[in-house]
Amino acid sequence: MNLHAISAIYRFEMARAFRTLTQSIVSPVITTSLYFVVFGSAIGSRIQQIDGVDYGAFIVPGLIMLTLLTQSLANASFGIYFPRFTGTIYEVLSAPVSAMEIVIAYVGAAATKSIMLGLIILATAAFFVPLRIEHPVFMLAFLVLTAVTFSLFGFIIGIWADGFEKLQLVPLLVVTPLTFLGGSFYSIHMLPPFWQTVSLFNPVVYLVSGFRWSFYGQGDVGVVVSLAATLGFLAACLLIVSWIFRTGYRLKQ
Amino acid sequence: MGARRFAGGTGHAGMQPIIAIENLSKTYATGHRALKTVDLAIAKGEIFALLGPNGAGKTTLISIVCGIVNASSGRVLVGGHDIVRDYREARSLIGLVPQELTTDAFETVWATVSFSRGLFGKPANPALVEQVLRDLSLWDKRDAKIMTLSGGMKRRVLIAKALAHEPQVLFLDEPTAGVDVELRRDMWALVRRMREAGVTIILTTHYIEEAEEMADRVGVITGGELILVEDKVELMRKLGKKELALELDPPLAALPDGFEGFDLSLSGDGATLTYTYDAKADRTGIGRLMANLGERGVRVRDLQTRQSSLEDIFVSLVRERA
Repeated sequence: MNLHAISAIYRFEMARAFRTLTQSIVSPVITTSLYFVVFGSAIGSRIQQIDGVDYGAFIVPGLIMLTLLTQSLANASFGIYFPRFTGTIYEVLSAPVSAMEIVIAYVGAAATKSIMLGLIILATAAFFVPLRIEHPVFMLAFLVLTAVTFSLFGFIIGIWADGFEKLQLVPLLVVTPLTFLGGSFYSIHMLPPFWQTVSLFNPVVYLVSGFRWSFYGQGDVGVVVSLAATLGFLAACLLIVSWIFRTGYRLKQ
Repeated sequence: MGARRFAGGTGHAGMQPIIAIENLSKTYATGHRALKTVDLAIAKGEIFALLGPNGAGKTTLISIVCGIVNASSGRVLVGGHDIVRDYREARSLIGLVPQELTTDAFETVWATVSFSRGLFGKPANPALVEQVLRDLSLWDKRDAKIMTLSGGMKRRVLIAKALAHEPQVLFLDEPTAGVDVELRRDMWALVRRMREAGVTIILTTHYIEEAEEMADRVGVITGGELILVEDKVELMRKLGKKELALELDPPLAALPDGFEGFDLSLSGDGATLTYTYDAKADRTGIGRLMANLGERGVRVRDLQTRQSSLEDIFVSLVRERA
């Protein structure tokens, strides 16, 4: 194991995050605060409670997930795409590092950043609404698992993308709609039966549901199902990444 | 193929080559055959210059050895380690300075050079990084962001990155393309220092001057084929033509008869007669030429001889293949 290399890449990526502190941390916090103001006050005044939880508190897990997903994708995809774009990737490819070490370093850094963001947003939310975390260990487990999974997914997008447009495409056209339709701001039980069934095909439903369960002890689907779905997605991403490095796809000619 | 007999061989008999390339070929997905079958052995501690026109396959060859491009067939050993199977051992020995100025932008010089050392599995060593930066006149710029540096400085940063992990083999891909005279001189001095420290250096260039100045051995690559590998001095002796320039007084309007069989050319003003001959031939024909000139009353005021440069050799070789 080339630990020096993992540490070098990890620290390089973290330095990038701290250099762009405004973009990395301040803007997600402001965005989330706006969600609280708009959804919490405007909609919260009409929907007082969902499943016995105040609406403002109800949306907290969904909001954290929203940030976690989009930031993991953005961080990880940019982290690996940018060196490909500038050509500095040559150094990583010529270094005595294994594919696994490269993934651990890049994905680890991206996941660290989004976990930090998730915790910051959690702290921000505590200013707006009374929070309750029934299963803190599961809460952290879902946080870490989701951050790692979607950072891996972002890493794949960053390797697949051959232009900045494609880099934005998946987050914009796939992930954001799935997140908004994934029960971040409502319980899928509030939907007509047909749309409830459709929602079950949305993977984000399982993430949000499991995460909300760790806060309030209840979710749209069972926690075991949520966990299994998240782990399944993680396994799929790992398979794709190992294929990428085996074939050198978009990395080596 | 006549030229093939030059290829291969360590050049330094009996020494274990630090780089052994066998039957290496590369065809890109586009169908472009960048390398036909290449065999090459490079001895530890030598300076090897890979010469060739643009698109000859120089960068592809280097990229395969460094692990950036996958070979289509063949194998490469670096320090006895297979570059695919024992990639960690093989790559740890290699430092690469790429042709393009591919640097980070927002990082400082110090950070990027330290990053390279870590990436190659070496523990932090500020004293060594400082020495590398001082050697490359980068010490004053250590806290500068790379994007603020000039092109020449960025080139120095790339060299510092390649040296940060104390490589045994250094690849310089077109190191002096587009750099100023001062940097070129520094670069040559650096290469000599590295060689004294026992580092093997492989440089690609299309500046013949560079190969002539620095290399122990020269390989000429064109169209993906290594058409010649030869000791530089030997190469220039073997293939080098010599020229004898005779200054005439008074000048000649035209060459008189009786010089058939001599490779002669008369300058436009008729004042210089140039005779091209094979210096290693049994008879150079100089005596006969001088006697002939004397018989015909042509007066020679002065004379000089000139060895043809590597550039002349190179141009004629590549032209021969085209």
